[in-house]
Amino acid sequence: MLLIPCPWCGERDVHEFHCGGEAHITRPAGADTIDDAAWADYLFMRQNPKGLYYERWNHAHGCRKWFHVVRDTVSDQILAVYQMDEAPPDIPGRSS
Amino acid sequence: MGSGSMADARSPLAHLDGATVIERDGVRLAENPDAGKVNLRGDAGDAVWLAAIQAAVEIDLPQAPNTSTETPPLSALWLAPDEWMLVCADGSEGDVVASLEGAVAEFHASVVDVTDARTVFRLSGAGARNLLAKGCALDLHPRAFGLGDVAQTMLAKAAVILHQTTDDADEAGPVFDIYVPRSFADYLWSWLTDAIG
Ligand SMILES: [Zn+2]
Repeated sequence: MLLIPCPWCGERDVHEFHCGGEAHITRPAGADTIDDAAWADYLFMRQNPKGLYYERWNHAHGCRKWFHVVRDTVSDQILAVYQMDEAPPDIPGRSS
Repeated sequence: MGSGSMADARSPLAHLDGATVIERDGVRLAENPDAGKVNLRGDAGDAVWLAAIQAAVEIDLPQAPNTSTETPPLSALWLAPDEWMLVCADGSEGDVVASLEGAVAEFHASVVDVTDARTVFRLSGAGARNLLAKGCALDLHPRAFGLGDVAQTMLAKAAVILHQTTDDADEAGPVFDIYVPRSFADYLWSWLTDAIG
């Protein structure tokens, strides 16, 4: 059972959550003028790393709040949890 | 549902013809379709707003996640950092809503009568924790989930609100109120009935 640590509710079964995908993707300015390639890059292209991944999660069947998780995609180990308005933390000894 | 022009509330287990109490092997399960329920949202960081709520309904909203407060006849259950459910006596939800609406008028807040959105299954007895554990991934050991604790979680894949209202040391054993959406009530009742064995 994979446990996701909600910042409010503590560790809960992953089935209570919805994963919102990669975090810290900024909507490009001038959406009406940028070309299709740049728009497609914003919409569809993700890092899909083997290793550290900064992603958004929602506690859908609990408090329904969004938050950030740093997860190792190899081991599913969760290395940090932080709020939606916080900057991504550095993980000591690891590079993303 | 209290007085008014709307039709009388009907239990989602009405088709069971009143067979909504089960007692077996140290567990008692009964439906309590009558509690009034009011969803309240607002800014928990705003002391003025909290004071307005306290003045209106005379209960302090719980601030710690997944806890509850009780000032009879009201209980307040923490649902999110900005959301609570007030549980009140059958038929009094209209008065609770009116009091809260008066209090929150000047604030960015919301008050919704959700009485008929969910019914309540009251599960009690020494075997209640083991029964819940059959279908719930929560740590249900008394040191992790005890008197007054609240959780929104999954029970047999149904999204429920779980609230322990009576202590394990009580003669009747722990009592859990399980708030289940009425469209899931028949399913979850069947599951619980089967799980009791
Ligand atoms: Zn949560």
